[in-house]
Amino acid sequence: MIAALLRRDLAQFFPFTGSGAALPVVFFVAVAMLFPFAVGPDANLMARTGGGVVWIAALLAAILPLEKLVARDIELGFFDQLKLRGMAEEAMMAVRLIAHWLSFGPPLVLATFPAAALLKIEGETFQILLLGLISGTPGLAAIGLIIAALTASLRAGAALSGLLLIPLALPILIFGAGALARQDPVSLGFVAAISLALVALAPFAAGAAIRAAREN
Amino acid sequence: MQALSPALSAHDLACRRGDRLLFRRLTFTLEAGAACHVTGANGAGKTTLIRALAGFTTPYAGEVRHTGALALLDERPGLDPDLPLGRALAFWFGLDGAAGGQAIMARLRLEALAEVPVRYLSTGQKKRAALARMLGQAAPVWLLDEPLSGLDTASQALVSELVQEHCADGGIALIASHQPLDVPDMTAFAIEDFAPSEAEA
Repeated sequence: MIAALLRRDLAQFFPFTGSGAALPVVFFVAVAMLFPFAVGPDANLMARTGGGVVWIAALLAAILPLEKLVARDIELGFFDQLKLRGMAEEAMMAVRLIAHWLSFGPPLVLATFPAAALLKIEGETFQILLLGLISGTPGLAAIGLIIAALTASLRAGAALSGLLLIPLALPILIFGAGALARQDPVSLGFVAAISLALVALAPFAAGAAIRAAREN
Repeated sequence: MQALSPALSAHDLACRRGDRLLFRRLTFTLEAGAACHVTGANGAGKTTLIRALAGFTTPYAGEVRHTGALALLDERPGLDPDLPLGRALAFWFGLDGAAGGQAIMARLRLEALAEVPVRYLSTGQKKRAALARMLGQAAPVWLLDEPLSGLDTASQALVSELVQEHCADGGIALIASHQPLDVPDMTAFAIEDFAPSEAEA
């Protein structure tokens, strides 16, 4: 049952298979592409600030898929039907988290290669950036899932979720982008730790949120 | 795996929506083979009752019980709008381990629509697709919320026929609808009979 649900969720959310699911990755690369146009082609400046730009682009790209992540399946009665088949909301949300991360984390990490080339990020900085995104995107996905589930029953949920994600993602951004500024991979440990804690928490928080959404 | 004989009951049930008490002191028991028609005007609390029976909401007072798996048919088909109908149904058939998905689709005259994305289906076609999903589940207890809405006359007759067969096989069906159903030996109650009096409200 879990495997069938994961297959279905991946088909819904994976880039180029689901509807408009490639948008976050395209958006991410577009930001990296626009930045040199905006600040001028100074390689030094870009190498210094580019990593931060990539992090901000990743954070904003994480907001894009949230609208469809949970609300649509609540409206469809999809979770209700799963519930009748004895599946716990926590399990549904854990599967959704895996599918969401797989359809957003790895494509984003891959898109970092062209983005880094556009921003003249090279060598150790590039490695730290890549490691940071690998350890940070699960956390971003987890925050996104919690927020999507919490705002699913609200009318202005989509707009609100963007606003909510930004402050919650701040610790990941501070440690992730901070590692770049100090050229210090150690603080990536904090990024990974925050991500792990969020990933462990997300299925329970999101599961409780969709249960509560049924009550009104 | 022969389960216990199915049952569905509510005891001294009261539900509200928002601050408004919709019904109270609702008690009934349905045993294997029973069909029950719940009538009531729009907003009287039929859907609220169904959702409480399904275990989605916590009743304000009283309790609900069921033995055997529940199947729910309501206005939301639970089928992915972007997928062709055949694949959207195949997901649920696979999950429920339903054999004879083709036969079910044929019964509901859906074969010709198998390649059509769910979002292009009409209201009645979606309802028939949801019925197909429910038949594949093969659950002993059916909760049907307005199963006739949007259906043409032939399909409405088919719903009555499906309910009859289901109950003849020892299943239970609770049907909330303001339209009449042609099912012999069906009990009925009006949800308004359990509405609180002015003083209680």
